[in-house]
Amino acid sequence: MNEKPKDYIDQKLQDLNNDGIDRRGLLKCMAWAGTGLVWTLSGGIPVSRAFAKGIDKYGSKDSNKGAGFSFVQISDSHMGFNKPANPDVEATLQAAVDKINGLASPPEFLLHTGDISHLSKPEQFDKVDQILKSASAKDVFFVPGEHDVLDDNGKSYLERYGKNTSGGGWYSFDHKGVHFVGLVNVMNLKAGGLGSLGGEQLEWMEKDVKHLKHSTPIVIFAHIPLWSVYPEWGWGTSDSAQALGYLKKFGSVTVLNGHIHQTMQKVEGQVTFHTAMSTAFPQPQPGKADSPGPMKVPAEQLRTLLGITDVNYVRGQHSLAIVDLPLG
Amino acid sequence: MKKNTRVAVAGLPVLTATLLVATLLMEGPSRVVASDQPQAAIADVKIDNFSFAPETLNVTVGTTVTWTNRDDIPHTVVSTDGIFKSKVRDTDEKFSYTFTKAGTYPYFCSVHPKMTGMVVVK
Repeated sequence: MNEKPKDYIDQKLQDLNNDGIDRRGLLKCMAWAGTGLVWTLSGGIPVSRAFAKGIDKYGSKDSNKGAGFSFVQISDSHMGFNKPANPDVEATLQAAVDKINGLASPPEFLLHTGDISHLSKPEQFDKVDQILKSASAKDVFFVPGEHDVLDDNGKSYLERYGKNTSGGGWYSFDHKGVHFVGLVNVMNLKAGGLGSLGGEQLEWMEKDVKHLKHSTPIVIFAHIPLWSVYPEWGWGTSDSAQALGYLKKFGSVTVLNGHIHQTMQKVEGQVTFHTAMSTAFPQPQPGKADSPGPMKVPAEQLRTLLGITDVNYVRGQHSLAIVDLPLG
Repeated sequence: MKKNTRVAVAGLPVLTATLLVATLLMEGPSRVVASDQPQAAIADVKIDNFSFAPETLNVTVGTTVTWTNRDDIPHTVVSTDGIFKSKVRDTDEKFSYTFTKAGTYPYFCSVHPKMTGMVVVK
């Protein structure tokens, strides 16, 4: 059953090959925006809209309370890191919270896509919790990064953040008609491998989305990218194709990841993949350095390479509007 | 009686010397050391830039290998076959393991699994 009619213009956009502005090129431009102008795709046609919840496409204030909502993704706070690339990750996390609190449209909750701590130490998790308490959004949903599950296979992470989760900490929830799925791809990693979801989690996920209507917008969030960004550096998930296969029927899928400490975006059919900046330190672009470690930049540049991601859902629109906001 | 004693006493150092020479000959080319343990062999692996150096290390049985993290990111040293496993090692922290059996020991960093290495023990 075809929920989304094949739009002639949409088809044309997809057929273009490095010629003019195709959908891929448009979204590259979207990622550069970051200034508050939000582009969304409506039936494949880009539509700009003022960056405020409650303003519909005709520019008039929308008094309908259920028009949509926004949330903010933060990632890779690495609490406890103290090397030259950023000697004060507490200050930059606080700056991220200040940025959240300064948004014209306050987010309804936060998603943290992992590497909350740097060394899985209790005082590091405590410090992040403490700093996030001053955010306007009181609900924070977490998934772990590999730095959060060191030494004890995630035991201390799960003690802290594992309530209402299954297995290694995966879970889902619904918010105003959007279905959110938090996945864990940083446990039981195999030598020479990439991120990994594992059979148990994939089984759970298949069941979790099976009975949802095709028109339900889906947001997947996980630490390591669920697409192949740069396998040489481990920037990918070996069994993500299976997970994405369960989402084929949905008209709108947004995948939010962290781990690589820079923004990157890819669109594949109905699925938009997006990675967030870190609030702690930047990392080099794929292949532009010997290794994917912390990248030292001049002090005055640091905050321009750290940031948060604001995500807007407008009811009735296929895709979520994603805007990256640097700290400086 | 005195004559015999002199001979007996004189014979003692000769006997000791003979025994010492015999011991030295039996031990072969190794040095004589105070303790009776053979001297332990050691080897080092440096962790830096998301890699182990040397990537393949050849050692003899009884060698203690020490990994030192010189990277600005924490790593671990984990045997693929479950034989050894370090706690997470931050910058300048070390992990050591003594290889008592010959064989090949592939290992990796469980935090960054693309980082792999091997110890070959002969």
